[in-house]
Amino acid sequence: MKEQKSKTLRGFLFGAGFVAIAAFLFTGCPSQQGMMDTREAAQKVYVAPGEHDEYYGFFSGGYSGQLSVWGLPSSRLLKVIPVFSQDPESGYGYSEETKPLFETSYGFIPWDDSHHPHISQTDGDADGRWIFINANNTPRIARIDLKTFETKEILELPNTGGNHASSFVTSNTEYVIGGTRFSIPYEADLDVPIDSYSDEFRGALSFVAVDQETGMMDLDFQIVVPPYNYDLGRAGKGPSADWVFFTTYNTEEAHTMLEVNASRYDKDFIAAVNWRKAAELVEQGHGRTVSAEYYHNYYEGNQGYAINDIKDQVTILDTREIDENFIYYLPTPKSPHGVDVDPTGEYIVGGGKLATVIPVHSFSRMLEAIDNNEVEEVIDGIPVLNYDATIAGEVENPGLGPLHTEFDGRGYAYTSVYISSEIVKWSLETFEVVDRIDAYYSIGHLMITGGDTKNPDARYMVGLTKTAKDRYLPTGPKQNHPAQLYDISGDRMELLLDFPTIGEPHYAQAIRADKIVDQVAQIYEMEENDHPDALLRIADNRVERDGNTVHVYMGSTRSHFRPDNIEGIRVGDTVYIHLTNLEQEWDVVHGIAVKGANNAEILVAPGQTKTLKWEPTRTGIYPFYCTAFCSALHQEMQGYIRVSAEDSDVELAWRTGTD
Amino acid sequence: MRIESKIGMALGALMLIALYFMPFWTIDMSAPQYPEGIGMYIHIDDVTGHKRHDLQNINTLNHYIGMAEIHRDDFPEFDIMPWIIGFLIAFGLLAAAVGSMKLVITWIVLMVILGIVGLVDFYMWGHEYGHNLSPDAPIRVPGMSYQPPLIGCKQLLNINACSWPYTGSIFIGLSMLMASGVVYYEKFKIKKD
Repeated sequence: MKEQKSKTLRGFLFGAGFVAIAAFLFTGCPSQQGMMDTREAAQKVYVAPGEHDEYYGFFSGGYSGQLSVWGLPSSRLLKVIPVFSQDPESGYGYSEETKPLFETSYGFIPWDDSHHPHISQTDGDADGRWIFINANNTPRIARIDLKTFETKEILELPNTGGNHASSFVTSNTEYVIGGTRFSIPYEADLDVPIDSYSDEFRGALSFVAVDQETGMMDLDFQIVVPPYNYDLGRAGKGPSADWVFFTTYNTEEAHTMLEVNASRYDKDFIAAVNWRKAAELVEQGHGRTVSAEYYHNYYEGNQGYAINDIKDQVTILDTREIDENFIYYLPTPKSPHGVDVDPTGEYIVGGGKLATVIPVHSFSRMLEAIDNNEVEEVIDGIPVLNYDATIAGEVENPGLGPLHTEFDGRGYAYTSVYISSEIVKWSLETFEVVDRIDAYYSIGHLMITGGDTKNPDARYMVGLTKTAKDRYLPTGPKQNHPAQLYDISGDRMELLLDFPTIGEPHYAQAIRADKIVDQVAQIYEMEENDHPDALLRIADNRVERDGNTVHVYMGSTRSHFRPDNIEGIRVGDTVYIHLTNLEQEWDVVHGIAVKGANNAEILVAPGQTKTLKWEPTRTGIYPFYCTAFCSALHQEMQGYIRVSAEDSDVELAWRTGTD
Repeated sequence: MRIESKIGMALGALMLIALYFMPFWTIDMSAPQYPEGIGMYIHIDDVTGHKRHDLQNINTLNHYIGMAEIHRDDFPEFDIMPWIIGFLIAFGLLAAAVGSMKLVITWIVLMVILGIVGLVDFYMWGHEYGHNLSPDAPIRVPGMSYQPPLIGCKQLLNINACSWPYTGSIFIGLSMLMASGVVYYEKFKIKKD
């Protein structure tokens, strides 16, 4: 018994010693907490009542499927923009206008997992026209308009399993990229054994062209690549602006227990894709058209019902079929996760999540290696370049599990490190770590204001972490994900604030508020309301029956609906209430909810028309009311709908006041 | 009249042309919910909002206390005023061309009379607008009326309303000054010499 105890004790001591040594070996000196004087930190994040923040922050919602908007540095939540998940609060995904946005080749999908928002760019700088975000699960890309902060378009990506390497834009938003995290068979719906992986499965890298005027997306082409996991992607900038870099893992081509089987090789690849050349090849007719079913959902005018444009083919470039090289593999240690390009466009930083160093490739050396044909092997037509020929340096002691890197434009890079839960700052000149700071806890992405652009502002850094544990008042076994705000304007990184977020933010973006604040719409102009069922003049309010379908053309102004008494609806009818908010004043929102409607409420912004579908199943009197506290007499803003039996002969009638 | 007096009088008359291009009166309103302000401009031929939809929003707000809606077409003044100003310009130019001091003085007297008539008309409209309230108004405050101030500021429930001359009025003032200057120059300055 006694011996047993001492053995256990010895085991413990040995274990503890091993962990300590391992920690030291991998990380060098432990991180500093780096919290500045509390009062000084508070002053730096304090934005007085009525004052505005310096930056808009856009945090992905992760498994919420949405995109949250924050003011930085105060870290106040400004808004949650619903994107891939239905939002009963606003009626997004419940109104007839927005439901088509959720249609895919798999039908209506009420949810997704949104990871990487990216603001449109001009000449390598965020320009604030649109922000794109990917859906990981059922592969899609959404475009959000930064005038109205609303989702305007969703494009499905075929032949893709887990659109994770997305939705990053090229320097002038020529393309938004998509990439398959899970390789799958290219032929849609192909029913094959899973262990035919190496033969039947292929990867897909998607290049979605963006119309510079309207922002409309179009899947220009896909590159068919070996069946690895394509994890993240980033466009180059400056000299490397014609290239996009994707990380890969699972070059082992495992299809089960990837935790072990995809971690065997010392090196996986960063795929360097010359997108301009690929686009030229497609233009010259080197691509092949294959059938594929995918949905393109968008609005045709300012308002109205989103439409489903169902596509049936896609152009592919298969590296096995094309003689010219437009894609190269750069060997990169151990299942790299992030791939990030420094502001000069010269350095390509891999986040080797299982590596003991951070590998940094040189773009100019890569071009030399291509010229000098320093090729180790060719995989399916893709030359694998020599590691030593492309590498510019390896950052030693980066901590355990380096993932993502952003830059301050002053010669330093900042890498998030998951396992040792810290951020390391290192020099792009010496490739040495110069500072490190704790993250709370287990950091995924980090974001520096402008840190992925040609001209970082580098005022603030946000760490997006995976678990809160004891950071805030406890809220049960599942808590919200935290973020930390750091000041990086000085030599040392300093923690300013630690705050809970919504969903699970993966990547985030920030843009100086003055770049977009003047373009933000205050109302929808009624004069530009082109909704086919809009009520352009309040006097035109009416109810129309067409068989079992009833259309209510209703208007709202403070503080009443027109009409507000409706009779002659029958059980079995499908009722569409088209509500136009005729207000033309900023932030005066009206909503509508009908008792017993198996639907959400609908919120209607000033000048907007939205449609609530309602299928009454019981006779009776149905109150409806304005759900948004719009005015002093909001409580009076209500109405009644009388529902009669299916065979009733109650005349269709509508009234308001003494009408 | 000397040539410089004729030119002065003509310029004075022509300054009224500005009234066709800018408002001459403004009513500014502020309330807790309107940090950006809300208000209307009065032109010789129109009433408009400070911002694109201000007039609509003022009408929306005013319906709560039973005030009538403001629509340009309800004011015959807007059809008459451009002609009156046109007449004043023509008359002024005629006075300058003829070089008659009598005509210049008549012009000034006409301007003053029309100014007074305008203010009286504005006051009467304000009185009607502020007192003639719908009996169905949701908000009725006993003893309260909502006549906007003729000139200056006044608190009306939650709204502080201010009424002031606007840019067009500067030109009216300058126009009067020029004409008065001509009279002064001709009657006193030259006689002394």
